[in-house]
Amino acid sequence: MSRFNNRIEQMPPSGIRKFFDLVLDAKDIISLGVGEPDFVTPWHVRERVFFSLEQGRTSYTSNWGLMELRRETAKYLKDRFAVSYDAEQIMITVGVSEAVDIALRTILNEGDEVILPEPTYVCYRPLAELAGAKAVAVSNPSFKITADDIEKAVTPRSRVIILSYPSNPTGYTIARAEIEKIAEIARKHDLWIISDEIYAELTYEKEHYSIAAAPGMKDRVILLNGFSKAFAMTGWRLGYIAASDDFLEQAVKIHQYAALCAPIMAQYAALESLQRGMGEMEEMKKSYWRRRNYMFEALNKIGMTVERPEGAFYIFPSIECSKLSSEEFALGLLEKQRVAVIPGNVFGLGGEGRVRICYAIDFELLKESVARMERFIKSL
Amino acid sequence: MNEIAELLQKDARLTPEDIASMLNKTVAEVRDKIRQMEDDGTIVKYCAIINEEKLTKQKDKVVAFIEIQVQPEREKGFDALAERIYQFPQVTSLYLMSGRYDLLAVVEGDNLKDVAFFVSDKLSTLDNVKSTTTHFLLKKYKENGTMLYKQSKLERLNVAL
Repeated sequence: MSRFNNRIEQMPPSGIRKFFDLVLDAKDIISLGVGEPDFVTPWHVRERVFFSLEQGRTSYTSNWGLMELRRETAKYLKDRFAVSYDAEQIMITVGVSEAVDIALRTILNEGDEVILPEPTYVCYRPLAELAGAKAVAVSNPSFKITADDIEKAVTPRSRVIILSYPSNPTGYTIARAEIEKIAEIARKHDLWIISDEIYAELTYEKEHYSIAAAPGMKDRVILLNGFSKAFAMTGWRLGYIAASDDFLEQAVKIHQYAALCAPIMAQYAALESLQRGMGEMEEMKKSYWRRRNYMFEALNKIGMTVERPEGAFYIFPSIECSKLSSEEFALGLLEKQRVAVIPGNVFGLGGEGRVRICYAIDFELLKESVARMERFIKSL
Repeated sequence: MNEIAELLQKDARLTPEDIASMLNKTVAEVRDKIRQMEDDGTIVKYCAIINEEKLTKQKDKVVAFIEIQVQPEREKGFDALAERIYQFPQVTSLYLMSGRYDLLAVVEGDNLKDVAFFVSDKLSTLDNVKSTTTHFLLKKYKENGTMLYKQSKLERLNVAL
């Protein structure tokens, strides 16, 4: 008899734990492995929180979050992404991470299948499995999943499609026409959609299109978003779910018992970001856009070929020129040139042969990292 | 502001190649635009922001902010007098202000006496200068948008997925 939960115990630790430990302990490296902005949360946001603390705002809030924040969030979603939710249809969570967990546990039953386009962020599969479901990976060589790819994976046990675009790790997004076809499949097979749109605001050339805006989808889409990336607020841990009333009625039970509410300080910070932070957000976005442009050109020049990413602050180049696996590449680059990147295989099906680079670092360091990667490739 | 000027204002050491690649422009385009801005005076000059407290100096320099009330001249307004003032090399900046005084001069000297002499001998004796108020600078915290005392480097994890 084990002392631990079977599912947790059977969950494999990340296969490249050793590599990550090596990177975490490394000193004097250039790390392109960080999945967060290189900006500190803007001053006016931090200052607003000092004020809220001075006023003694240190209590619990409603399980749902501050009404004022829910109202601003609904308004933000409507203004920026043309999706309309009432304030009552927004639940504030402890980051999008908690929101993913809640969403999966609210809709999944034992043995259900979750259709998961990969490569993708690493939390969906384990959280789906913890909820008793099975994750079914789908992939496309272009990294742009199509409605056909998804439909091929549909079985009678399919319950939900997870979409996460713009994508971590690829930076790609899905065109509106394809999103609408995926919506059609969800309707046809009566599937939920969990759409994690944490990078929506960081979409560069085109407008982000949310599947929640597709006709007839609002009752099946569980829209997740948060403040970490666009507003440079990773450490505040604040996200939200926008969804139908019947979904939230169930989902709030998990949130209420597992988290009670998101921290009130973080909620005030988010409120300030929405009310007065759009200008600084746009400035930060512009700075990622410039570095994206630079990185796209620079990597292709040194033989790490890649299509231009459309959003987020990642680029996912091919390392075919090195003839190494993604883990060998990452380890070699770390040891020989003191640059950390994330092996693509970490992100699931289709990620091998690539590495994830986060370009949200100081421009001089970014340039230096490219020079070192070039030296590394030439030395092979 | 155009984006090239914006980038150079933050970091004048960026090369035309860097800027071109960041902004999806050709290097020639960027070079031309920079030359044009240099020619038409949009880009005045390139210089470093120095925290002078960190320089090892023979002696401390003194900086003063001097409020100057003036009598504007017919047809010339403040400009003629302003020119007479800013031509002095001791004056490092000069601004026309709204409010209780008219011109604000930033004056540098080798020592207190130097600045005092400049004010009493050169500045207040100018025709149309009605009065001056001198404030000596004690410490600079931030200049041209740059904090002179960098906060300790923030620790970020090397890896976050």
